[in-house]
Amino acid sequence: MTEVQPETARTSQTGIVRPFLDVRDLKIQFPTDDGLVKSVDGLSFSLERGKTLGIVGESGSGKSVSSLGIMGLHQGTSAQISGEIWLDGDELVSATPDFVRRLRGRKMAMIFQDPLSSMHPYYKVGAQIVEAYRLYNDVSKKVARQHAIDLLGRVGIPEPASRVDAYPHQFSGGMRQRAMIAMALACDPELLIADEPTTALDVTVQAEILDLIRDLQREFGSAVIMITHDLGVIAELADDVLVMYAGKAVEHASCRDVFRNPEHPYTWGLLSSMPRLDRDRQDRLVPVTGTPPSLIALPPGCSFNPRCPYAALTDGKSLTEVPPLLPTDGTAKHSVACHLPPARRRAIWSEEVAPKL
Amino acid sequence: MTVSEAVPAGAPQAVPGSDQPSSDQPLLSVSGLQKYFPVRKGVLSRQVAAVKAVDGLDFTVRRGETLGLVGESGCGKTTTGRLLTRLIEPTAGSIEFEGQDIAHLSTAKMRPLRRDIQMIFQDPYSSLNPRHTVGGIVGAPFRLHKTLPNAEIKPAVQELLELVGLNPEHYNRYPHEFSGGQRQRIGVARALALRPKLVIADEPVSALDVSIQAQVINLLEDLQDKFKLTYVVIAHDLSVVRHISDRVAVMYLGKIVEITSRESLYERPMHPYTLALMSAVPVPDPDRRDNRERIRLRGETPSPLNPPPGCRFHTRCWKAQEICKIQEPPLAELLPDHRAACHFPENVPA
Repeated sequence: MTEVQPETARTSQTGIVRPFLDVRDLKIQFPTDDGLVKSVDGLSFSLERGKTLGIVGESGSGKSVSSLGIMGLHQGTSAQISGEIWLDGDELVSATPDFVRRLRGRKMAMIFQDPLSSMHPYYKVGAQIVEAYRLYNDVSKKVARQHAIDLLGRVGIPEPASRVDAYPHQFSGGMRQRAMIAMALACDPELLIADEPTTALDVTVQAEILDLIRDLQREFGSAVIMITHDLGVIAELADDVLVMYAGKAVEHASCRDVFRNPEHPYTWGLLSSMPRLDRDRQDRLVPVTGTPPSLIALPPGCSFNPRCPYAALTDGKSLTEVPPLLPTDGTAKHSVACHLPPARRRAIWSEEVAPKL
Repeated sequence: MTVSEAVPAGAPQAVPGSDQPSSDQPLLSVSGLQKYFPVRKGVLSRQVAAVKAVDGLDFTVRRGETLGLVGESGCGKTTTGRLLTRLIEPTAGSIEFEGQDIAHLSTAKMRPLRRDIQMIFQDPYSSLNPRHTVGGIVGAPFRLHKTLPNAEIKPAVQELLELVGLNPEHYNRYPHEFSGGQRQRIGVARALALRPKLVIADEPVSALDVSIQAQVINLLEDLQDKFKLTYVVIAHDLSVVRHISDRVAVMYLGKIVEITSRESLYERPMHPYTLALMSAVPVPDPDRRDNRERIRLRGETPSPLNPPPGCRFHTRCWKAQEICKIQEPPLAELLPDHRAACHFPENVPA
C-alpha cells in the first residue's frame, strides 16, 4: 500500500504528511576543552513553500548554527547533531554527506552575512555563479554564462554583461550581497536561508535587498528563512517568527502576534529596548538587563531567568524547571516557553509593557 | 586668545579670556573643514588624484549637547570624527575648540588638549589591547598625563569601572574575559578617565546586540547628565541617532546636506537624501509593511575620488533638474536653525 509511489511512500512511512521543511527536536552541540557548548538545544519548527520564517535572537542564540545545520554544513566538524530535519520528504540529519551535498544549491541555498568572505577572491563573480549552475544543469559554458548575466541583471547589478567578469573586490558591499543572492538563486532553490543578509549594508541598500528577496520569493514560491537581529527586517518580511534565546525557541508565532501580542518576557525586552522611528521618542530605553548566558553552563531552569524581571512571579519554577514551548490558548499557532500563567502574561504585556513602547 | 586655562568640570559657563558672552560660545566650531587623501602612483609617488573624504564642513557643537552625524558608508563621518579628535590632520579649514584653532597643532601642543577631547570607538573587540588588563587600559590616561600619583590610580580606575556599571574587582581581568557590551563599557571608562569636555563616539553601539545597545545608550546618557559632557555621536542608524541627539547633521559624500534640531529633522526633513534615508528604515510594525511609501534611490553612491559637479546628490535624486548639475546648493538656513543644501527642498513653508 505504501509502495505505490516513492513520494507518498516517503511521507507515509510515519503516517503523517510533513510540511515542506520540518525540523524536530534539533540539537547541535560542540565539544570544547571547556565543556559541551549547547548551541541549539531542542529546536522544532516547520515551514511551507512560499512562506517566510523570521528567526530573531542575539548573537550566540543559535540562529546561525541551526541554519548551517539544515544546510548540512556542520558535517566534517566536531559538531554533534541529533534530531530530525525533513526537507520535502527527505531526512537530512541521518543522510549521507554526499546526499546532502547534492541537495545544496538546487534544493536549498544560503545567503551569508558577509559576502566578501563568502565569495572566492580568486575567481570572477560570473565563474562562481556558473559553477553551481553547471553542476546541476547539463549546459554549455556559453549558456551558463548567459544565465549568470541574466541573474546579475535580475538582482539589480548595472551592466551585468561586463560585471560578470569582475572580481568580488571590485564590487561595493551592496553589489557583492546582490551577487551572493544571484549565486544562491542560480538553480532556483526551493528553500532559501538568508543569514543576516543586510546587516553589513546601509539602510537604503538594505531596503533594496529586502524588496529583492520578497520579489524573488513571489516569483519562485520558495520557502525563506530570514535570520536577523533586526525586528524591523522581521516586520517587513516574515509570515511567522521564531524568537530564540540560548539555543531554544522561546516564542513562535505569526509576525503580527509577535509585535501585537507577544507573551515571552524576552520578546518584550527586545521590543522595548529598541529605539523606533515610528513612535514618539521615549526619554529612556528599557534594556534587557544583564548579559546573554554562557552556552556551556546555562542557568538552571529557564535560561532567561537571571535577566527576567518577572522570574519572581513563577513560584520558583523558573529556577528549577525548563519551561516547555507550549501553545497559548489565544491562537493555535502561538507557542511560548514561559512559566508565567498565560492570563498573568497577557495582563503584564497589556498593562505594563505595551503602554511604554 | 587664551590657551586652555582648565575650566573646572561642572562650570561650563566660565570660559576665561573670551570677548564674546561665554554662554553663546560653542564648545566646538568647525568651518571649511576638508580632508583629501592623496592617491599616489609611479616611481616618484606623484599625487595623481585625491579622495575627497571630507569636503568643506561647517558646523558648531554647543556645550552640553549631543550632535549626531548620520550618513551611509563612505560619506566621511568617521573621517570627520578623526579630524575632530586630531587623530589626522585636516587638509584645510579650522577646528576651534574653546576658541582655539586646533586644526594644525603639533603633536606636542595637542597633547594637553587630549585630556579634553576623547574618543569612543566602534569595535570593542579591536579597540582594547588584548595583552593589557582592564586596570592597565583604563588607568593609562592617568599615567600618560601624570594627573595622579601612582598610588591613587587603582582606586580611581575602580571608581570609573563602577561608574560604567562594571565590577571594580575585575581590575585585573583581560578584555577577552568580557562580553561585547562590557568591553564597550571599558572603552567608555577609558574615554571618561580624564573628565573630558568633548567625547566623540564613533558608532558606539552598532557592534552590540539589540538588548545590549539600549544599556550602553542609557549609560552614555546618564554620564552626559552627570559630567555635563558634550557628545558628537557618529552613527548610521537613524533610530539610534534620533534617540540620543539634540541636533543632527546628515552627511552625503563628504558634505553636510542638512543640519538642524532633532525635532525639526524628523518632523520636517528637507533634503531629499534625508527623506530617502528615513523612508528606508524598516519599521517594526507588520501592519504597515504593505502601505508605506519607500523612496528608492537609483544607482550607487558616486566615488569620492571624483564627486559629481553641482549638487553631489543629483545623480540619484528624483527631483534633480538642470541647475542641480551645474550649481552647488549652499547649506542655507531655510527655517530658523534648520539648514539644508538643496535647490528644491521639501517641507519648506512657501
